[in-house]
Amino acid sequence: MNIIVCIKQVPDTTEVKIDPVKGTLIRNGVPSIINPDDMNALEEALRIKDNHGAKVTVITMGPPQAENALREALAMGADEAVLITDRAFAGADTLATSRVLAAAVKKFEYDIVFAGRQAIDGDTAQVGPEMAEHLGIPQITYVQKVEVENDGLKVEKALEKGYMVMKTDTPVLLTAIKELNEPRYMSANLIFEAFNKEIQIWDAGKLSLSSDLLGLKGSPTQVRKSVTKELKGKGEVIDMSPKESAEYAVNKLKEKLIV
Amino acid sequence: MDFGLTREQEMIKKMVREFAQNEVKPLAAEIDETEEFPWENVKKMARYGLMGIPFPTKYGGAGGDYLSYILAVEELSKVCATTGVILSAHTSLCCGCIYENGNEDQKMKYLVPLNKGELVGAFALTEPNAGTDASGQQTVAVKDGDEYILNGSKIFITNGATADVFIVFAMTDRSKGVRGITAFIVEKGTKGFSVGKVEEKLGIRASSTAELIFEDCRIPEENLLGAEGKGFGIAMKTLDGGRIGIAAQALGIAEGALEESARYMKERKQFGKPIARNQGMQWMIADMDTKVEAARGLVYKAVWMKANGYRYSMDAARAKLYAAEVAMEITTKAIQIFGGYGYTKEYPVERMFRDAKITEIYEGTSQVQKMVIAAGVLS
Amino acid sequence: MNVNEYSGVMVFAEHNDGLLEKVSLELVGKGREIAKKLDVKLSAVVLGYNSENIADELATYDVDEVIYANSEELKDYRTEPFTQVLCDIINEKKPEVFFVGATYMGRDLAPRIAARLETGLTADCTALDIDEKRNLLMTRPAFGGNLMATIICENNRPQMSTVRPGVFSKAEKKDSETPVTVIEPALKSEDMKTKVIEIVKCAKECVDISEAKVIVACGRGIGCKENIGKAKELADVLGGTLGASRAVVDNKWIDKEFQVGQTGKTVKPNLYVACGISGAIQHMAGMQDSDYIIAINKDKSAPIMKMADLAIVGDLNKVLPEMVKQIKELG
Repeated sequence: MNIIVCIKQVPDTTEVKIDPVKGTLIRNGVPSIINPDDMNALEEALRIKDNHGAKVTVITMGPPQAENALREALAMGADEAVLITDRAFAGADTLATSRVLAAAVKKFEYDIVFAGRQAIDGDTAQVGPEMAEHLGIPQITYVQKVEVENDGLKVEKALEKGYMVMKTDTPVLLTAIKELNEPRYMSANLIFEAFNKEIQIWDAGKLSLSSDLLGLKGSPTQVRKSVTKELKGKGEVIDMSPKESAEYAVNKLKEKLIV
Repeated sequence: MDFGLTREQEMIKKMVREFAQNEVKPLAAEIDETEEFPWENVKKMARYGLMGIPFPTKYGGAGGDYLSYILAVEELSKVCATTGVILSAHTSLCCGCIYENGNEDQKMKYLVPLNKGELVGAFALTEPNAGTDASGQQTVAVKDGDEYILNGSKIFITNGATADVFIVFAMTDRSKGVRGITAFIVEKGTKGFSVGKVEEKLGIRASSTAELIFEDCRIPEENLLGAEGKGFGIAMKTLDGGRIGIAAQALGIAEGALEESARYMKERKQFGKPIARNQGMQWMIADMDTKVEAARGLVYKAVWMKANGYRYSMDAARAKLYAAEVAMEITTKAIQIFGGYGYTKEYPVERMFRDAKITEIYEGTSQVQKMVIAAGVLS
Repeated sequence: MNVNEYSGVMVFAEHNDGLLEKVSLELVGKGREIAKKLDVKLSAVVLGYNSENIADELATYDVDEVIYANSEELKDYRTEPFTQVLCDIINEKKPEVFFVGATYMGRDLAPRIAARLETGLTADCTALDIDEKRNLLMTRPAFGGNLMATIICENNRPQMSTVRPGVFSKAEKKDSETPVTVIEPALKSEDMKTKVIEIVKCAKECVDISEAKVIVACGRGIGCKENIGKAKELADVLGGTLGASRAVVDNKWIDKEFQVGQTGKTVKPNLYVACGISGAIQHMAGMQDSDYIIAINKDKSAPIMKMADLAIVGDLNKVLPEMVKQIKELG
């Protein structure tokens, strides 16, 4: 079986703070990580490899430093890695991004394309399904369980209240949520092999995509403006004994007719 | 002179740190209380290839470098000194000993499963009457046909009650004194070999520290390690390497205590402000940080010397001597910074304080390290 | 595509278990506002099997047309049949704006439609408006919730947005009858590569905290699973429900249904009490529009203390029981 896992290197947004004076985001020194949902996708691919045999290829579209994320994926057990990088991709919205990734996936033989549900920086959850459309394959999102069967996959898709059990042919695109599994750590022996492996580097030329489908030009959506969220008007801060604090709070609730 | 880490070393450090935070730290206080050997985590460490980091893949190791292994001991020790020494004793004292002195058969039979973490290793030199004076070995090994018969006892053996493979030192020819000591590989469960008392200790409490008893214990001659009479040299050389592991453990303990102290100082408020704003506190933390960095310098230098094939006995001695001293000082100061809270079990610094002391004692007391250093300076 | 050929606002109306989803009515409400500004018609689309009652109910709200597509292949949600039918309808009716609720279904469906139509989609919009050039202005949180980005889709149609439940207010009912157009799309079951084997509902009573008027939420500072009981007591006397930060859910101290935040639920209750929550931006993104926010935390400088209406510096283990006691005393 051949599995392609799409990962994204993202800033660890749980570590991002706001500059209290300028009101802007402090991005310096924020560590880069593999997007958490993508880790679940990669882990599931590796489990399928462990249990049923599979070749796991990890791909990412990003700037040159995204190579580190690929090395980490290799150190977890992925077999091969491809970095898709080109200045022409800059400014891409989800549609343009999904076109590039789909074009890359098309160069492989594959049974499953695995992606994370959403990235913690963009938070759109759009790239996976849009890729599936470009590839013309079915998609199942919010995947919380995967079972490999003789004639396809049995997949549990999470719903707001409960889940749906589905059967699908391959090839198929799946997007993973954190409930799917507990990702493994990198292994020491794989870490020492990871930097010996060759990571293929593909640019726009390799993907044969017309330039007006790429980057800003190829993006139907654009950012008109971006504003740091205004913090709510200052509230009251009280530092009293528990009894007094409770009294103050309950009085406020009375005022607001909540009690 | 390059003070940077390679990409592999950065990655190992990152991996072990995450492992330490998620798997080891949550159990550290509990196992200190129950003295229960952290089997689950040792098994996980084996699964992730951490039990044989610096050995070639041909022998089941991870194929890594020596510094990567030391970084792993350091990162683990920051959150749990017990886990740090389990790894260090296993890797440096047992695996390392067989790697340097074993023949191919012994390496295939023992080193491979040890490096994979399928078996846990231990090193048995110390006896009731042979501590710092290790030459006074009273355990004897008498050749009988194609076997050796071992009689005697060992004490304070790290991983003693939990290990599967032991490097045991015994006297094969008393007339030759130090040159009459021989090293053997003994398997757990061998008839005549039993584990005696398991010590209850001040610190590293979940590390198994045990007495080993040999009563007409017969082992095959294939298990002789090195050659007859070469045992003492093997022991001293192996301890040189082990010393660096302990120095890394001490360094890790000190770093862990320093991190906890810095965090606490920023949170704890007295007189309307965090105590971190007090200059006295700031000076204290500055001294602590500088000493930790000095210790780190000595530890990594010793690593560099060993990894690059230089004689490193003095560097290892300096590193252990100083790092242990620093661990003692930093952990004592850490409790001071935490004040009353630091004295309670609610916070980890009292455990770190108790854990630190052993680093001045085992694998050569601080006094032994000074003997080694003085001998080197005055030669 | 020729932008000028597109006119009108269309809403995808999701329904489950025989009930229209709340978010669909919120989108109809907002849809009407946008349609008024553009001076165009507002339509709503329902997909299902023998679900005429849903279409009929939708028709009692302030919408100009309801389209109901009926097929056995549309009985349960699957990406392919839903995408096909909606794309056909969009290509025929050519709305300039298309709204979908940002539910599990919507987030699966909307991007597939957007990619098939090669148009722009903006997810999780919190504000929608029209500019001088009749472009839809779609505002959404980015970077974990602290940047508000306004997105436009100038040259592609329809302009698509998904919106989370609870962001906008429900549509008004109206007196007049809306025409319901029923279509029977031809869908071949062999074309559908996925099959639904079964649908399993939550075993226990499923909580939907996004409907609650009062939420008492716990963060890592609650200390342990047992202390959550103190928060529950306060929630109970106030007639509300519990909530939680991601840390508490990840520790398995509470079910994920209670998680508030970017990867949890967005809530806008009348009262949100944050206990031992530091205020990571991912969490605040999920509750910042609550009417009144009380935060209880030992740390005065925790981010949530700055955005709360009332920040109580103290030990929640002591403050919570006091509040419960005093509220009970009010009788």
